[in-house]
Order: sequence, then C-alpha cells, then structure tokens
Amino acid sequence: MEFTAPAGRNLFDSSKVVGKSTQRIDGPLKTTGTAPYAYERHDVAANQAYGYIVGSAIAKGRITAMDLSEARAAPGVIAIVAAPETEPVGKGMSNNAPLFGGRDIAHYHQAIACVVAETFEQARAAAGLIRTTYARADGRFDLPEAAPQAPLAKTGGGKPDKKTLGDFDAAYAAAPVKFDGRYTTPDETHAMMEPHATIASWEGDKLTLWTSNQMIQWGKESMGKILGIDPENVRLDSPYIGGGFGGKLFIRSDAVLAALAAKAAKRPVKITLQRPLVANNTTHRHATIQRVRIGAQNDGRITAIAHENWSGNLNGEDGENGTLQTPKLYAGANRLTANYIATLDLPEGNAMRAPGEAVGHLALEAAMDELAEKLGMDPIELRIRNEPEMVPGSPDKKFSERNLVRCLREGAERFGWSRRSAKPGTVREGDWLIGMGVAAGYRGGPTQESGARVSLAKDGGLKVETDMTDIGTGSYTIIAQTAAESLGVPLEKVSVVLGDSRFPASSGSGGQWGAASSTAGVYAACVELRRKIGEKLGFAGDDAVFENGRIRAGGKDMALTEAGAISAEGSISFGDFKSGYDVGTYAAHFCEIAVDAYTGETRIRRMLAVCDAGRILNPLSARSQVIGAMVMAAGAALMEELAVDTRFGFFVNHDLAGYEVPVHADIPHQEVVFLDTLDDIVSPLKAKGVGELGICGPGAAVANAIYNATGIRVRDYPLTLDKYLDRLPEPV
Amino acid sequence: MRAFTYQRATSPREAAAAVAGKRGAMFLGGGTNLLDLMKLEIEVPTHLVDVQDIGLDAIEETDEGGLRIGALVSNTALAADARVRRDYAVLSRAIVAGASGQLRNKATTAGNLLQRTRCPYFYDPNMPCNKRKPGTGCAAIEGYSRQLAVIGTSDKCIATYPGDMAVALRVLDAEVETIKADGATRSIPIADFHRLPGDAPERDNVLEPGELITGVVLPGPIGGTHVYRKVRDRRSYAFALVSVAAVIQDDGTGRVAFGGVAPKPWRDEAAEAALPQGAKAVVSRAFAKARPSEHNKFKITLAERTLAAVIAKARS
Repeated sequence: MEFTAPAGRNLFDSSKVVGKSTQRIDGPLKTTGTAPYAYERHDVAANQAYGYIVGSAIAKGRITAMDLSEARAAPGVIAIVAAPETEPVGKGMSNNAPLFGGRDIAHYHQAIACVVAETFEQARAAAGLIRTTYARADGRFDLPEAAPQAPLAKTGGGKPDKKTLGDFDAAYAAAPVKFDGRYTTPDETHAMMEPHATIASWEGDKLTLWTSNQMIQWGKESMGKILGIDPENVRLDSPYIGGGFGGKLFIRSDAVLAALAAKAAKRPVKITLQRPLVANNTTHRHATIQRVRIGAQNDGRITAIAHENWSGNLNGEDGENGTLQTPKLYAGANRLTANYIATLDLPEGNAMRAPGEAVGHLALEAAMDELAEKLGMDPIELRIRNEPEMVPGSPDKKFSERNLVRCLREGAERFGWSRRSAKPGTVREGDWLIGMGVAAGYRGGPTQESGARVSLAKDGGLKVETDMTDIGTGSYTIIAQTAAESLGVPLEKVSVVLGDSRFPASSGSGGQWGAASSTAGVYAACVELRRKIGEKLGFAGDDAVFENGRIRAGGKDMALTEAGAISAEGSISFGDFKSGYDVGTYAAHFCEIAVDAYTGETRIRRMLAVCDAGRILNPLSARSQVIGAMVMAAGAALMEELAVDTRFGFFVNHDLAGYEVPVHADIPHQEVVFLDTLDDIVSPLKAKGVGELGICGPGAAVANAIYNATGIRVRDYPLTLDKYLDRLPEPV
Repeated sequence: MRAFTYQRATSPREAAAAVAGKRGAMFLGGGTNLLDLMKLEIEVPTHLVDVQDIGLDAIEETDEGGLRIGALVSNTALAADARVRRDYAVLSRAIVAGASGQLRNKATTAGNLLQRTRCPYFYDPNMPCNKRKPGTGCAAIEGYSRQLAVIGTSDKCIATYPGDMAVALRVLDAEVETIKADGATRSIPIADFHRLPGDAPERDNVLEPGELITGVVLPGPIGGTHVYRKVRDRRSYAFALVSVAAVIQDDGTGRVAFGGVAPKPWRDEAAEAALPQGAKAVVSRAFAKARPSEHNKFKITLAERTLAAVIAKARS
C-alpha cells in the first residue's frame, strides 16, 4: 500500500478498538516474569556457554601485550577471543569504532577480549586473569576545550549544517529587546533496565542471534557487514526488550562477541554487558554547548532568532544537534541555526530518546522564559504571540496539523497557571520556595516503510507477524488493536509475534516513528487479507464490512471462519506528497517545584503534559510513554550526568549508584492530556508517536520553575544544588 | 569474582579465630557491600567466614541505662526498635535515610560500620587508587571529586566514608565492642573506630586482622531533639552530599556530626560548643582545616546551610 495523499474518512474514524484504552496484551507475561528476555532464552539453543567481555582500561592508544595464559588455564574456560589475535571486524551502521579486533584502542571500555566458560562466574573470574599492557596515547576528551575550533557538522546531504533566512545579524542588532544565553547539557547514558544481551548460535554458515535490539533489519544488515557474511545468513530475534531509548538501535559488542565467541567455542554463547560497560562500551547521548540569541519587538514579536550548537564524537560526525526544533517552533523572519561537531576520543555518542530535541529544548525553552522576563510578558503569551502560520525555518512548508496554542491554553487552565507569581522568588511555604514553569515541546512525527503478515486460522484466530519491536512502548497492543479493528474480530482473537527477522520487515522502534509506521503496515497487510478473504468467499471489491468475526456486503453475511486458513502480507510506504508538510507533534509542559530555602534541594510537586499527536492509538500505553519520558526529562534537568574525566578520557560514574536517575519519590504527581486531534498527512490511522514528544520540554519547564521559585537561573544542566547554593537568599 | 572457600562459624570466637588463622580470610555478614566488591574484584578474599549463626542478634539494655546492639541486628530491626526510636531517634532516622528497605533488611549493624567508600575511582579497578591498591596513586584528587571528602583527607586519598548510621552513632558517643581470636575483647569509642587515610588509606578502621565486632553500645539517653538531615541529588537511594546528625537541647547546646564530608563521621567537639551561636559558628570552626576541591567546596556551604535548617527545626 502506498500512502500518496491525505487520508480520507476510513474505518479508524468509527473505530471500536483503536483509540480505546487497552491493557497491554503482553502485560501478564511481563508482570509474572515469564516474558523471556534475551539472556533468559534458555530453551532456544542447547548447551549454552557464558561469555564475559573485558573492556579496555585506557581510552586511547594501543595494546602492547595481552597475556592469556592464566585465564586459559582457569577452571571452566572453553575459549578466549582476544582483540590482538583478531582482525578488526567491519563497521555496521553507526559503529564509529570497530566493535572488536586489533590492537588499537579508540575509547575506554572498548571490548578487547571475551572469555567463554561453562558458567558465568567462571567466565568472569577468568576475565580478571587476563593481563593486558598498553601504550597510552594522548586523546581529546574535553568538549569545552575543543568546541571553539570545531567545524560545522555535515547534513545528511553532506552540506555544512548551517541555515540562514533573512539577515539575522542586522535584525538582532536592531531589536529593541535582546537575549543571548549559553547553555550546556552533559553526556547521558540510556540506563535502560536490561543491559545489552545476546545469545549467538551457528549452524554451518547461518548465525542466529537472540538479542535485545530495536531495529531488526538494521541489525541483520549490520551483522553482515561486521562479520563479512551474507546478511541473509543472519537471523535476529528480539521479541522482548527491557528498554532501549536508542541505545539498542545498532549492533553493539554483545552481539558481535557472542557470534565470534560461539564460533570459537563451537557452541552457543550468551553474553550480557555488565552494567559498568553500558556507559563507556556502548553509545550515549552527547554533551552539548548551545548558544541561543533572540531579538524581539517590545510587543514580544520575534524578529531574529539564532541557535548554535556544539557537540563532539569519536568520528567527528553524528553529533547531538540541539537546534532541530528551532526552525519549527516560533515565527521570526531572520534566522540562523548552525551545528558544530568536534572530534573527541570519548566513547561513541549516538541517539538517545529524542536525539537533538531533548537537549535542544533545555536551551531554547529556557531562553524563551528568559526573553519573556526581559519583555515583562507571560511566557505562555510570548509563545502564543509567536505562533507561526507556515514552518518558520522553511516558509514554503505547511504544518500537517498543529495545535500548540491549544496545548498551551488548555494546559494553563488545567494547571492553574494564573496562580503563578510572575515575580520570581516570592512564593514561600515554610522552608520551601515555590515556583511554576512552562515549556513548549516539538518533536517530528516521522514514518518509515513497514510491513507485516496477517494470518487467519481456521478457528477464527488472527495472527500478526512482523519484525517490529516492543521496547516497553506497547507495540504488541496497538498492533493487535489495529488488526482487530481492520478485520472486525475481538481483540482476544488476535495474537502478535514480533521481533523476528524472518517476519516481514517493519519500521522498527526509533525516532518516535514506530507506532505510526508499524500500525499502518499492519493495516496494509489487513487490507490485503480482507481482499483475499472476500475473493475466497465470493464478495466483490472493497465494499465488504468486517464486523463481529463476519464479512457482510450486499445482503450476503458469512463467518470469517468459512474462509479457512488464509494469510496475506502487506506493507505501507509513504509518498512524496509529505515533503510539502512538516509533520510534527506538539506539547505544552508544566511543572511546579519546591526548592528548600536552606539546602537548595528541589522537589517536583506536579507535572502536566498536554499533547497534540494526532489519533492516540491506545491512551493507556501512550500515557505511560509520556510519563516515562517526563521522568527522564526530570532526570536530565535535575540529576543525570555522565561525569567526564578529561585526564583518563572516560565516564567516571559508570554504574547506577554513580549515575543517578529519578526514583519514585522524586516524581509525585504527573498528568497527561491528549488533545483529540487527527493528522491526515501522517498515515491512514492519522496517528503520530508520543514517546519522544514527552521528553521534549519538561526539563526546561523544571528549569523555568526553579527560576520562578528562586530567582536564580542556572544554564548548565543538570541543575544540581551545588550550582546555585551560594546564590540562594539567606533562608530565614 | 575469584573463587573462595566458605565456612559458617557458630560462635564469635570461632569466627575470629577462623579469620585470624587464614591469610586472605574475611567475615561475611549481610554481604550487601562485600559481595558487590568481590564481583568487581575490589575485594578478593580467599576464604569467607559467615557469621550469621553466631548469635549477637539482640538489643539489650545495659546496666548503665544504655543499649547494647548485637553485631548482627539488622538495620531494619535497629531502626524500628521502640527504645531506639524513643531515646535515640537520631539513630533510627539516620538508618532509614540510607539504602533501601531490601538492603536494610539484610545489612547488619557491624557491617554497616565497615562499608567501604563509594569513590568512583575506588570502584573502577582500571584506575589508580591507594585505598584499593596501595601505592598506585589517587585518581580522585585531580579528578571527579564532587562526592568526595573535604576534610580529614591526605595526599594519598580523599575518599568519603559513605554511611549514615555511623554519623548518628558518633553524636551518641557509641562504643564498638570486639573480640579477637584469643578471646580478648576491647571497646573502641566510635570516634576512634574509623581512621583518617594518612599514609595508609587502605585501612578504613582500627580493627586488627581477625578482630570481630560483637556489638555497639549506646550510653544512657541524653534527651534533646534528635535530627538527621541528609541532603542528596535525589530524594532516596543515594549517598549523602552532606548529612547532619544532631541532638539539640532546649538551651541551644548540643552535639552535631557531619556525614559525606570526610573519611569518617566528622564531629569536632570544640566547634560543637558554638552551637548556641548558630550554624556558621559551628561550621567555620569544624571545617577550618578543610581542603576542598573545586568540585566539592560547595559541601562546606551546604554543611552550614543544612545545620542551619537542623537548628531551626529543633527550635520549632
């Protein structure tokens, strides 16, 4: 099915299942601990051995010697795969350094060896007996030091990533009200509950990986490149994923070393990354430095806006682009966005939930708050005054559907924004300074080609198979809802099997495209199946109604089961007509915070998100996505930071005791409201993703609330108390 | 984790003898810290002597009107004890400010005193660390030191003692009772129990090899208002940036100890005498010899402001 024009009225506009709050169909497996995650798939291959990865002890340099004799002699050891004895493997998608092989060290905790043993404990103990000596080389580990010399990044088309419209410099110089601020955001780790894990097994030249991966097709292609084998000989299976957040978009060392180790051990090998390797061995969100300048008229109309961004990465490419939302959010005729990238020898930066926008909002939306204060305007009114007609950074483009002003107004009403004191540092309850903050949110609503197979069984059961993944998001359930709706069968009759590369290729889970794309792909397959069923039962054309397990048209009415077992594949692709539109999702985020007048400790009291993302396929799981993202945003605003040691070149706090994420007590009350909107440009279901929208803005709302509470503006995230303690007013 | 042998002792003296008699042997209590350290090969005992069957799991009243807390009393049981809650509330509050319910169920009184630093360089075996591997240097001194000590440090080590319970024990003037392999016992004032690093940061405390903690004795109740205030980057399940344990009397005098700032619970009795003059008077004296880093100098301001909050609370 090709989606080549805006969706007209279709069956989802009178839906009975899609759009209704539905408990996860995989919920019982998850809550009873019986959903098998990668490392627990004991039954998929007999005789599994345990692998344990050793990470490099230096950040840059060369392995001069590696003594394996003690480790080889240790109890239970079956095989050791050592980097100096292995040719560097090829690079898969977004591998900036080879995931294994050779003597060169590109970053701290890069995999240098893998011990295979009969038990996990034996493998770990033997790994501790490997003696490696290195020749250290100097590295570049300091973004603030490297940023001033950093070149412009390249866009996808290879052009320098700098865009201008009008004359920013002149308009900014002429603006009666100006704001110029520099913000920084730190490196962050995904800190997903389930670390990367893989079981690998070879049968002849065919490799199977039971793994934890968001993008099955990318993974299959990448493994082919990494090992130099035909991707058709690689199978990935990843039905359950304990969180990814972008950290599992690409093949990482667990999969590569499980494959190499299984070959060396001549039996299946399972590997999970120990927690300390997650931060430095895998990818992370890059730190950024961002400068925002905004010039406005006295009435708040923006005349000039510039957003510049600096980040760094191992290959001098693929940075964190904090400017992404800036061409979309606010009007203004004179514009500049520029994205610079330094080359650093820290571990690899890559996508983490809403790459670019998540940190971009921390700068832009705090800057809007600062500008509002300079103007003496309410920050919501400032945003509404700058609501654009067309996409501000691409004035030839229309918005597919945009209700940001409604989000802001409805949010203000629900949150009690009118009770906010415009003057900071003036509301107090006992020892607590109280403040409210707001931020707008924008995240793209992309779609990717996606396919599925749908099979009707003789008993009327419907099975959906696609290599789509569920990373905790609720894919299983929205796919079942889509199939139930499309074929007119009860939800209980639908089973969904995901994550196997033998199934039709899907969009996978990333970039907030999974929900919209994969359900559209399932719908396409269902349309094919409806046609086949109709043909088999003698119904003409597409007019038949599928309802209550029956097919009905022109006075004829039959049970679907009369069609017998029947199966169809289909996929959705998206036509060029979309290029005339910006398809985005929008939110207004609110936060009320209390700051201890003595100690500066912060306590979020309430958070609210009002979201505009088209049809919400399953409000229950969509809400979970948004509140999870709001928690992550609160973490980014208040505590999360991979601390860089610029001497040794690594992230120091590489475990969950050192890298703090919010606990329940940090997040007492969250509310999520979805506007009842439809986007007919995005897909036949008129639905967009929300999992990343939820992290775009709330962190800035937290920062703005802290300012409102204390009168202190901190521009270096996270906003830990040490950064403003000495500026707090005397407590009494 | 290296392979090790394991035995379960049935009496304190047997346990002490078993550890004293074998090089590389260690006691195993609740295991909430030791097992993690073994997995990272920061601790590599060759033999573990499990003490869970040796008794010492009661809280008894002493002839002097205080309490003797058995070494194996769990943190949960100690914090919940009615006598502790009534007469030594600072201790209950300190314990529940630490770790999680699950960990407190398993962690013991003696083990809590023996928990090791959370310095991130101590936790990464690739990094130089004089506490983990004497003579290798200290990566923390010029490194990421935000959580680390501002006072009581040396050129060899700036690690912080991470616990909460011991900070409360310090204001209560508790004593640590031990037994050695030969049956000799001694009582160590809590003030002398933890060591400053000096030239031997690998030694966290004054215990001799094989010396087993049998209990902690609290002197008779001292009245006053008991406060434990722990400041951290998130609301629970985190180590203190700064904590304050205080017992403040109606006349404004009292006792105060600080956690999260030094290699041991930090109490300065001369500085404490200034309590009636307020937080600044106490902290400026107690931290007069502080040597903070750029990353952690905020702890001194935070100690003062936290103590001010504690004093205000005690007065209210």
